Amino acid sequence: MPPAAVTEYTSTEMMIVASARQLAGERVCFVGVGLPNIACNLAKRTISPELELVYEAGVFGAEPARLPLSIGDPTLVTGSLLVTGMFDLFAFYLQAGLIDVGFLGASQIDRFGNINTTVIGDYSAPRVRLPGSGGACEIAINAKKVFVIMPQSSRSFVERVDFVTSPGHVREGRPPTWRGSGPTAVVTNLGVYRFGRDGEMEVASLHPGVTTEDLRESTGWEMRIPMDIEQNEPPTDEELRLIRQDLDPEGAYTK
Amino acid sequence: MRDAVADLVRDGDTVAIEGFTHLICFAAGHEIIRQRRRDLTLCRLTPDVIYDQMIGAGVARKLVFSWLGNPGVGSLHAVRRRIERADPEPLEVEEYSHFGMVCRYLAGASRLPFMPLRSYDHSDLPKANPRIVPMASPYGDETVYAVPPLNPEVAVVHCQRADAQGDAQIWGLLGCQKEAAFAADRVIVVCEELVDEATIRRDPNRTVIPGLIVDAVVVEPKACHPSYAQGYYDRDNRFYRDWDAVAREPSTLQAWLDEWVFGLDTHADYVEKLGEERWDRLEPGEAWSDPVNYGRYV
Repeated sequence: MPPAAVTEYTSTEMMIVASARQLAGERVCFVGVGLPNIACNLAKRTISPELELVYEAGVFGAEPARLPLSIGDPTLVTGSLLVTGMFDLFAFYLQAGLIDVGFLGASQIDRFGNINTTVIGDYSAPRVRLPGSGGACEIAINAKKVFVIMPQSSRSFVERVDFVTSPGHVREGRPPTWRGSGPTAVVTNLGVYRFGRDGEMEVASLHPGVTTEDLRESTGWEMRIPMDIEQNEPPTDEELRLIRQDLDPEGAYTK
Repeated sequence: MRDAVADLVRDGDTVAIEGFTHLICFAAGHEIIRQRRRDLTLCRLTPDVIYDQMIGAGVARKLVFSWLGNPGVGSLHAVRRRIERADPEPLEVEEYSHFGMVCRYLAGASRLPFMPLRSYDHSDLPKANPRIVPMASPYGDETVYAVPPLNPEVAVVHCQRADAQGDAQIWGLLGCQKEAAFAADRVIVVCEELVDEATIRRDPNRTVIPGLIVDAVVVEPKACHPSYAQGYYDRDNRFYRDWDAVAREPSTLQAWLDEWVFGLDTHADYVEKLGEERWDRLEPGEAWSDPVNYGRYV
């Protein structure tokens, strides 16, 4: 029997949908700027309606009526559970260990989940000045789990990041004062990756149509590919409708 | 606004115009540009378009920050040009993380020599910024990182309402405006609405900054455009998106500054120039809270 017709979707939409699905069963999520914003809002409307959205701007339990372009949009405040100053948010919620998942973007990542959002090239004379840490450097060590969403290429999945903005899995052992366990999942336009016990990234599942050859071409190191990798389900019509009509009709995130 | 900036913002000052996405006082930034201040050290967690405009206009020699982007849109091109190509001149930077910046203001506001936080271990940020210093806890084995106090010469705080003494009330995102104000030597409060002291006294939990630390009060409705004031006007996301093209080239940025800052005398002119149609689209709906009884105790 021929497979059911699937609505056409872009690789960015697949990446957003796959990221949202990672939030199944999670409770308190710290939402990073950019792609994490749409992924978390999609999750709340689908698989994780109980998700409490926390924004570093100072909001706990946001219920945004529209998709925020920034992480300080007025829609985050209206109808939220709690609005507080940024010291409280970073100290009592994040640093004190109340956040289940921190959702980050990244410009570069290495095999241990070290993330660069600071510079390409030398810090003192950068070829490209990236935005910097924002809250990422503290999210990376304090959130119980860290999810990353980012486009994948051999320029973003690199052997060695130009600058470690936010640490991933530390080879010599995780400092005991770090409450979180570090990067747990990385979602790209090609697939979903997790980390082995030694802290090294490996493939968990690939998106439909993506081959291991695509993967190798887009990874700057010899990516570990276990025997039993799964294939991700494509976006459902409802997930696409939510993205295209409800959340991001102007395509600010998906273009 | 003209008098407040003329009196209180001087060349070479360290200036903080705070507000995390919310209540960013662009009107003060524009007046500082209009009065051609020079050699400022600008402080904000996220420079936002306000500092892209000010740095593009040549008022700053240094930037203290933690996230350098146009939220949801992309880069701050004028800032990047100066950092990447020293175009038209280099920009000194001092970089932290968001929590690091918040802790700097906290240390500054509390008049402490530093503030400890857990961030920065195994990050390259301390290598890039030697003012981020590891230190042993005096009570155990733990290593934490210290950041130095930040005490600006001037802080500009925008609020929804204030009285003539400068007692300022804010609702919505508080950012670290309060901390920046207490840390600063001089404070300019800018308000959407001037109210009488009795109004403030009827809802004291909402007062964030006391007139005690305020040097000037400016009444400037819609001062935050394209940023926003909760309950008053929306964030102009279209402006933020359009800014990307404006700031990409020095010539288009200068043309924008000539038309919208140097070519206008006051913020009221800017508000009028934006036009009624634009402001209508920024009109928020209503979402009133329930009044509370503070109780009358005589």
